[in-house]
Amino acid sequence: MMPDLGRYTMTVLSAWGATLVLLAVLVGVSLWQAARAKRALGAQEERMRKDG
Amino acid sequence: MSLWDYANPVKFMRLSGRLLPVASILAGISLAVGLVWGFFFTPDAENFGSTVKVIYVHVPAAMMAINIWVMMLVASLIWLVRRHHVSALAAKAAAPIGAVMTLIALITGAIWGQPMWGTWWAWDPRLTSFLILFLFYLGYMALWPAIENTETAADLTSVLCLVGSVFAVLSRYAVNFWNQGLHQGATLSLDRQQHIANVYWVPLLVCIAGFVLLFVALVLLRTRTEIRLRRLRALEQRERLA
Repeated sequence: MMPDLGRYTMTVLSAWGATLVLLAVLVGVSLWQAARAKRALGAQEERMRKDG
Repeated sequence: MSLWDYANPVKFMRLSGRLLPVASILAGISLAVGLVWGFFFTPDAENFGSTVKVIYVHVPAAMMAINIWVMMLVASLIWLVRRHHVSALAAKAAAPIGAVMTLIALITGAIWGQPMWGTWWAWDPRLTSFLILFLFYLGYMALWPAIENTETAADLTSVLCLVGSVFAVLSRYAVNFWNQGLHQGATLSLDRQQHIANVYWVPLLVCIAGFVLLFVALVLLRTRTEIRLRRLRALEQRERLA
């Protein structure tokens, strides 16, 4: 299944690996920040509703 | 309904809430198809061997690095002229995505350059302008939290964005301005004579579409986060004053 990359195996795999890792970190951090902001805003709105 | 209606955070949240799942799914599909196609089902190039497969990550990332700055420029101009908060927050939300794309372009370019040019780095016009663009992204991201007043922060980051646009343009056209350096000309061209072969070009287009859709999904998600954080700060301030 893995294509034969010949003498450039390390070049191709490291370029693709670095890209996929950076994209995964970007997506992961964005999702984590979104969930954290949503939770914090929900908690604040709930508290203010209870306090009137 | 005018486009400016979406500068209203409530309307933006409603619309982006509907668009986000669609953009995310389309981004996932096009990235999966383009990357698998590019990696597994394209032949080696005569002159570059299997390193030709690096273009499927390098070229889309480099294109996005420049275009995201252009998007930030448009959003910043809208903020400066019309004072719509959502546009300033969208520019802020886009910056980390642009920084990552620029970093990917720099890293993959260096990795490719080592066997092809015999060096990881050269002070070539395009490489240097890309490095400066990356530094502008970092400066832009650092300036936002450095200023307490959000309106002043939006003003100053918008001005920085205008200045940095010179390097975004240089990054794109540096090869044409200075006919020297290691970096070759554009991989994609409207002139069909200059195109790379279709066997590489079609999966590359799918990858570019994937990167664009990923950016759309991420910028919607991150702008929604910024709007929520802004509302959270406003509520906390109201609570303290009460």
